[in-house]
Amino acid sequence: MSSLPIFDVAGSALAAQSVRLNTIASNLANADSVGSSPETAYRPIEPVFQTARVPGQPGMTGVDVVRVEPLDKPAIRRFEPGHPMADAEGYIYAPDVDPVAQMVNLISASRGYQANVEVINSARELALATLMIGR
Amino acid sequence: MAGPFDNPFGLSALSLPLREQRLKVLASNLANADTPGFQAQDFDFQRALRSAESARAGAPVATPSGGGLAATPTGPVAGPDFRRYISTREGGQGSLDGNTVSAETEHAAFGRAVLEYRASLTFFESRVRGLMTAITGQ
Repeated sequence: MSSLPIFDVAGSALAAQSVRLNTIASNLANADSVGSSPETAYRPIEPVFQTARVPGQPGMTGVDVVRVEPLDKPAIRRFEPGHPMADAEGYIYAPDVDPVAQMVNLISASRGYQANVEVINSARELALATLMIGR
Repeated sequence: MAGPFDNPFGLSALSLPLREQRLKVLASNLANADTPGFQAQDFDFQRALRSAESARAGAPVATPSGGGLAATPTGPVAGPDFRRYISTREGGQGSLDGNTVSAETEHAAFGRAVLEYRASLTFFESRVRGLMTAITGQ
């Protein structure tokens, strides 16, 4: 752990938010990844955030992505007999990706990322100014 | 005897580490704006400074026998003591996942805390500059 823990905390938030952005990108990219059974269709995923104590720093908490979990959303069965992936009865299974919810999540994640970049910039500026004392 | 060198950096030397501590707490709030169950915290700067000040005023000044120089009382409170001044932020509206961080409030508080740190730093710096002038005479 460094002597400037603000950077560690804001950095952990950047890492967590970028994992979240990655999962959103993956969900949107695979919105049309159909399969011929409910198991082979794409399952939307979402990261799970958790607070992470910073050793030796009371009152400071970083963020940890404990796991990336598939959402509990069963694939949607659609009747498309002409589809190359259709099963014997003519059904395909499409992932239940809600593009609106994903976009809302995207905005929230990028806002969170921006806020922490700003924290890093301010902290760096203050640290530099402190190092210049007496010059 | 109270002279200009008994307490060369004044209040700014006490307040600077406390200001930094508040920045750390607010940075943690912003980092955890999307963590389920996280409770927004704040650092009571006023109370911390007051107790640091009284700790310094009340600290016995060790005067070596034989009329030597008096040791300067040591500065601000040590790290682990900061925990006493950190509390969960009152008011505000929690979200469904139990998170009580309001991004706008935290943003405003962080911006203000940065400014306050800069102010303390400026006071501290001018003290240093004054001392340098006194020492070098130019």
